[in-house]
Amino acid sequence: MKVIYIEKAQWASGLEKAGDSFRLWGPVRRGPFYAFDKLASGQVPALDFRNTRLSAKGLVYPQSEKMFEYTLDPGQPDHDLLKEAQKDYSPRAVLGIRPCDADAFELVARNFDTPEYQDPYWLRAREAVTLVGLACAAPCSTCFCTSAGSGPFSTKGLDILLVDSGGNFLAQVVTPKGEAFAQAAGWRQTADDTAAAEIETHRQAAEARITAHVPTDRLKQQDTLELHAAPFWDDVAFACINCGTCTYLCPTCWCFDIQDETHGRQGVRLRNWDSCMFPLFTLHGSGHNPRGQKVQRVRQRFMNKLKYYVDKYENGIQCVGCGRCVRHCPVNIDIRKVCELMNSYTLAGDSCAVVS
Amino acid sequence: MQNPYLPYAVRIEDIITETEDKNLKTFKLAFENPADEEKFVYAAGQFAELSVTGKGEIPIGIASSPTEKGFVMFTVNKVGLVSSHLHTMQPGDLMGIRGPLGNSYPWELLEGRNVVIIGGGFAFTTLRASIVYMLDLANRSRFGEIHVIYGARSPGMLLYRDELAAWEARDDIHMHITVDATDDPDWKYNVGFVPTITEKKAPQADAETYAIICGPPIMIKFTQPVLDNLGYGHDHIIMSLENRMKCGIGMCGRCNIGRHFVCKDGPVFTLAQLNGIPKEY
Repeated sequence: MKVIYIEKAQWASGLEKAGDSFRLWGPVRRGPFYAFDKLASGQVPALDFRNTRLSAKGLVYPQSEKMFEYTLDPGQPDHDLLKEAQKDYSPRAVLGIRPCDADAFELVARNFDTPEYQDPYWLRAREAVTLVGLACAAPCSTCFCTSAGSGPFSTKGLDILLVDSGGNFLAQVVTPKGEAFAQAAGWRQTADDTAAAEIETHRQAAEARITAHVPTDRLKQQDTLELHAAPFWDDVAFACINCGTCTYLCPTCWCFDIQDETHGRQGVRLRNWDSCMFPLFTLHGSGHNPRGQKVQRVRQRFMNKLKYYVDKYENGIQCVGCGRCVRHCPVNIDIRKVCELMNSYTLAGDSCAVVS
Repeated sequence: MQNPYLPYAVRIEDIITETEDKNLKTFKLAFENPADEEKFVYAAGQFAELSVTGKGEIPIGIASSPTEKGFVMFTVNKVGLVSSHLHTMQPGDLMGIRGPLGNSYPWELLEGRNVVIIGGGFAFTTLRASIVYMLDLANRSRFGEIHVIYGARSPGMLLYRDELAAWEARDDIHMHITVDATDDPDWKYNVGFVPTITEKKAPQADAETYAIICGPPIMIKFTQPVLDNLGYGHDHIIMSLENRMKCGIGMCGRCNIGRHFVCKDGPVFTLAQLNGIPKEY
């Protein structure tokens, strides 16, 4: 893989040049947290953070997104007809995205890009974006990406991976899109032969700092109905307040709602992030609700990520190990512990005995 | 790229109030654009999203048969925001439909076989489509014996009453219409719940006989043991499920039962399939 050498002194000027052909987005500080936002001309992304509070999924899949526009004015010839909402799909680069968040786009694509149907909003936005990632030298205590098929130096989903090497970045150029971005930024200096070895050293050091190891090896062979009926769900769900924080922060949760919103006679058909934590998510018109109880909803979230998805796509778990849900859950529900319970569950065994 | 969320424009041609409580209306819809009608190729058992601009969408089984040309038909129970608004709409009004969605009943498998249709209440819509489809002149010879057990609370709550009467008069379909109770002295059909009538009237199971069952959960719960007693294998019992839906194309995430989406992988499942899936429907 081609590695280019970027002096940190060339970083800001390179971004300014790239800004001529790309809309630039990156992490910025907002109070005690970091969030992805559009960078003003001359603004550099903040790279001294561990991770943003919200994942990067909203860059391609906004929390609230116009699908169609309409008028209900009977005097208009196109009244009651839905018209495509105008969107900006011009080239956009996201700087400083963490490898786990980039990997999540690959995972979520399995939902939005299927043989039968393609979600045009997600696909066009994904196509328009170039991901310039930043390798994690100092993962958090809640990170478990290496157990989730990702890693602090993973290049999955990325176009460029930046590795901080003191006074400079070593940039692995992963795709032609990444090549085009480097060109636009004027970063042309190929790194010397020692770069690959240096990246590898940094990678090993970063992976060694990840202390959480979550076993997932038995999830596939587990029986769905036995797991579904396992006695530990009441314990897992006991403290849950169904706030939905986990699903909103998660880079791999993709569920949405569709709503019409009318002001006067003009309106939009929107889609909004939704959450399996909410009773309304599954409420039938009749009043019947197949997941009306909290424990059913908590079980759904973990079963979907750690069993249904595993069986359906044969591509690991529906999680990249970013740890956001662990860090931000107000009642300390930890997906790593639940995964361990599910992975080690046996019908005959005492489920309490297998958790340390 | 085709946008799967964009409905076809349709105009309401006719509205029929089906039941005495006036809560069920049938909407006959005609495509505004003939090219859309050509794209809307469906089979009995599939559903569509009915779109009312400014209100939203609802997933409804297609009640017309693909053999009926020039329109599509939906029978809608008045329940929520969209369906209530739909009930106030008039012939000539413009709305949208998106689909066809989901899988139909397994017509290739059913070819040459006997079919027992068991329905209750207002879940008779895609069953009506199936009956019309099988009774079509070009299709009737492709199927064996056809039995229909259909029940409602009272005679006035039966859907498609004129058609039921016409089918009763035919000798190539065995109709077993029933109501839970009635004080109508002229009622000439069965009285009793669907499971009871199934026990009395459904043919014994054999490898060549399939049951299609669609109805409220309570009816299904008590009909299934009857079919078990009659010897129906669970791979010979075909069911159509419903769950809350939005996208209808397997993306919005809410209608799943285990790893399957009711919208995209269903709504038609065999009981054998459902036995291995969490019962979250």
